[in-house]
Amino acid sequence: MREGVLVKPYERLEKEQIEKIHEASLSILSDPGIISYNREAAEIFEDNGAEVSSHNGYWRVSIPERLVEESVKKAPSAVKLSARDKEDSLILDGKEPRVRFGTGSESNIILDINMEDFVSEESGIKKSFPVFYRRRGTVQDLCQAAHLCEHLQNVDFFIRTVNIQDEEITEDNKDINKFYASLNNMKKHVMAGLTNVEKLDDVIRMAEIISGGRGSKEPLISFITCVTKSPLQLVEDTTQNLIEIAKRGYPVSVSTSPQGGSTAPLQEAGMLAQLNAEILAGITLAQLVRKHTPVLYGSVPLRVRMDNLDNMYGAPETNLYNMGGVQMARFYEIPCYSTAGVGDSKFPGIEASVNKLLSHLFIALSGAQYIHYAFGLLEGTNTFSPEQAILDDLHIGMIKSILKEQRIEEEIEDSLKEIREVMSTSHKMFTRYARKYLRGGEVIPFYPFDGDANETLIKARERKEELLSAPIDEIQEDVKKEIFQEFDVLERIK
Amino acid sequence: MIKISKETIERIKENVVKGRRNKEDEDFEGGSIGEPGVEELVEEVLKGGVKPKEIIDYINEAMEVVGKRYETGEFFIPDMMASAEAVSAGMKVLEPYLSSTGESMDKIVIATVEGDLHDIGKNIVALLLKGAGFNVIDLGTNVSAEKIVETVKEERAKFVGLSALLTTTMRRMGEVVDKLRAEGVAVKVLAGGAAVSAEYAEQIGAIYCKDAFEAVEVAKGD
Repeated sequence: MREGVLVKPYERLEKEQIEKIHEASLSILSDPGIISYNREAAEIFEDNGAEVSSHNGYWRVSIPERLVEESVKKAPSAVKLSARDKEDSLILDGKEPRVRFGTGSESNIILDINMEDFVSEESGIKKSFPVFYRRRGTVQDLCQAAHLCEHLQNVDFFIRTVNIQDEEITEDNKDINKFYASLNNMKKHVMAGLTNVEKLDDVIRMAEIISGGRGSKEPLISFITCVTKSPLQLVEDTTQNLIEIAKRGYPVSVSTSPQGGSTAPLQEAGMLAQLNAEILAGITLAQLVRKHTPVLYGSVPLRVRMDNLDNMYGAPETNLYNMGGVQMARFYEIPCYSTAGVGDSKFPGIEASVNKLLSHLFIALSGAQYIHYAFGLLEGTNTFSPEQAILDDLHIGMIKSILKEQRIEEEIEDSLKEIREVMSTSHKMFTRYARKYLRGGEVIPFYPFDGDANETLIKARERKEELLSAPIDEIQEDVKKEIFQEFDVLERIK
Repeated sequence: MIKISKETIERIKENVVKGRRNKEDEDFEGGSIGEPGVEELVEEVLKGGVKPKEIIDYINEAMEVVGKRYETGEFFIPDMMASAEAVSAGMKVLEPYLSSTGESMDKIVIATVEGDLHDIGKNIVALLLKGAGFNVIDLGTNVSAEKIVETVKEERAKFVGLSALLTTTMRRMGEVVDKLRAEGVAVKVLAGGAAVSAEYAEQIGAIYCKDAFEAVEVAKGD
C-alpha cells in the first residue's frame, strides 16, 4: 500500500467561512441552478425532486438543498484504488489529510531535448546547448511515460500524460489503447478520462482480465470526467460518462475547472462557491445514479491571464483556489483530487521547477489526498517533458520529506547520546551518525542535478535514459494474448 | 597460543568497512551494536599471535575497499570518516605492539596556522590520515610557526600539514615553511584550506592538496 504522507494541514479558511461557502454553493444550485445539456441527467434530477424546465437543447435544473446534502452524505469517505502490484494500491480517506502525488493532463505535445553544438562567431569557441523539439504525442510516448513513471519513486498514481494522436487511433480504439499502454508499462494505479462511453465496458473488462479474471472487484483503473463547462453547465458527453461509470460502481473523479476572471469570479469567495457548486452537482448526480458511488472531489480551478484570457496556472490565485478546494473536500469528508505542479514555463529546468514548487508545496501542505498534474507538465498542461518529470520527482520527494511526521520523542534520547559522544572526539563531527539515514533513503546525499541550466538538463536526460533502460514487469504473456484476441490494441505496442 | 580463524581476520576487514570502532558502535545501517568492533577484534588476533604488520595489511586492504566504494559513489564522506575512525581505534591497540617490535608509523604534524580558528577541514584530513595508517600529531588551531617547527623537530615527522581558511591567515603558512627551511628541517609540507590555491602553495614551497583525499594520496605516494 502506498501510504502517502500524513500532514498537519495548513487551513486558510475558518470553519465558519467553509460553512458560508457551502451555503453559498447550495444557494447557487437552487438559484440560478444549473444548465444540463444531458437529458438523462435532467431526468434523474427531476425524478428526485429537482425543479426542471426544458429549453431548446438544454434543461434548467434547480436542485433543492436537501437533495444535495443527502446525496453528498452518501459518497464514501474511503476510496480504494487498486494496482497491478498490491504494494502500489491506494486507500484515499476523505477524513485524513494524507498526501499523494501523480501525473496527469493528456498533453498534446511531447518536448524532446537534443544537445547540439554551436560555435561562437566572435571567439570560435564551440559549446553544446539544448535544442527543444515539439511534436505530437503517440501511443509509444505514452508507453515510455508510463515506464518512466513506474520508476519515479514519488509518482503514487498514473494519469495518462500524453494524448495519443497516432493516425491509427480512432474514437473507437483510443480508450483501449491508452489504458493498455499505461497498464502494461506500470504496476501503479491507472486513471484516465473516457473518449467514447460506448467503450467503457471494454475498458473495464480489460482491466478485470489483467487483475485476475472477469468480475474481479479490484479496481486497477478509475476514471476522470470533467462534467461541467463553467459556469454551472453539465456537458452532454462527459455527464453521460459520469452516469455510466456510476452505474458500474467504478471510482470516478468528478472534476471541474472554472477559470477565475473569465468563466468564474476572480475573487476567492465567489470562485470557491462556484467551484464547490459545480462539483457538488456532479457528486449528487453520481449518488442519485448509484448510492455510494466512490467519487473524488475533482478540484481544478485556476486563474486566467488578463492579456489573452489563457490559463495562468502560475498565478498566486490559482493556489488560493486550490487550497480552498482541498478544505471544502475535507468538509464533506470526500477525498480531494487536487491540482499542483502546473506552471506557465515553456521549457524544462530551474524556472519551470520554481514555478511548479509554489503549488507543489502549498497544495501538499493543504492535505489533498490525490494531487494530479504534478509531474513533467509545461506551458500549463499543453506539453509533457520527461526530463522535467525527473526534476519534479526529486522536488516532490523533498516536499514529502519536509511534510513527513516528526519523531521528536523517538529521536531525542539517541540525539543526546550522539552529542555527548561527538564532544569527546577530536574531530567533533556527527558524520558517522548520518550514515543510517543516508542508507535508509531518508535523506538524499546531495542535489543530483546541480550545475548551470544546461548541465541540469543533461543530467536529467541521463537519468531518464537510465530509468527507461531499467526493466519493468509487463502484463503476463497469456493475459496479453487474451486481451489482443478481444480488443483492438495497436500492433506497434503489442 | 589461541588459534585465530580466517573469519576473525575477515571480521576486522568487515568492521573497518562498516566503520565500527568497538562494540558500542552502530554500522552504516544502524545495526550491529553489541558485536565486537575493530578494537576488540584487533586485540583478539594480537593475543592469538598474529603479527602487527599482518594486521595492518588487512586493515589496508579494507581501506582499499572503502576507497573504491567511495570512488564508485556507493560510499560517501561519512562512510570514509567512520572507517578511518575504526582504523585509528585499531591502530591505538596496535601501537604498543609496534613499538616493542621496533616498527613505527610515519608521523605527520598537522595544524591550523596562527590567527585562524577554523578546523573542520583540518580535522577531516587528520582523521583520514589516521585511517591510512599514519601517526598524526594534531596541534589544533591558532598554532604559531615556532610551535609547529619545534614539534616537527621533536617528533621527527615526515610530513607537516598546514591548514587555513582565511586569505589573511594563509600568509602564515609561508612563515612556517621559511622557518623550517631556515632551521634546516627536511620535512615535506602539505598545504590546504579554502583560501589556499595551487599557485600559492607552489610559491611558498609547499605541496597543494585540494581535499583530504589528495592529502592522503600525497602522503601515501611518498
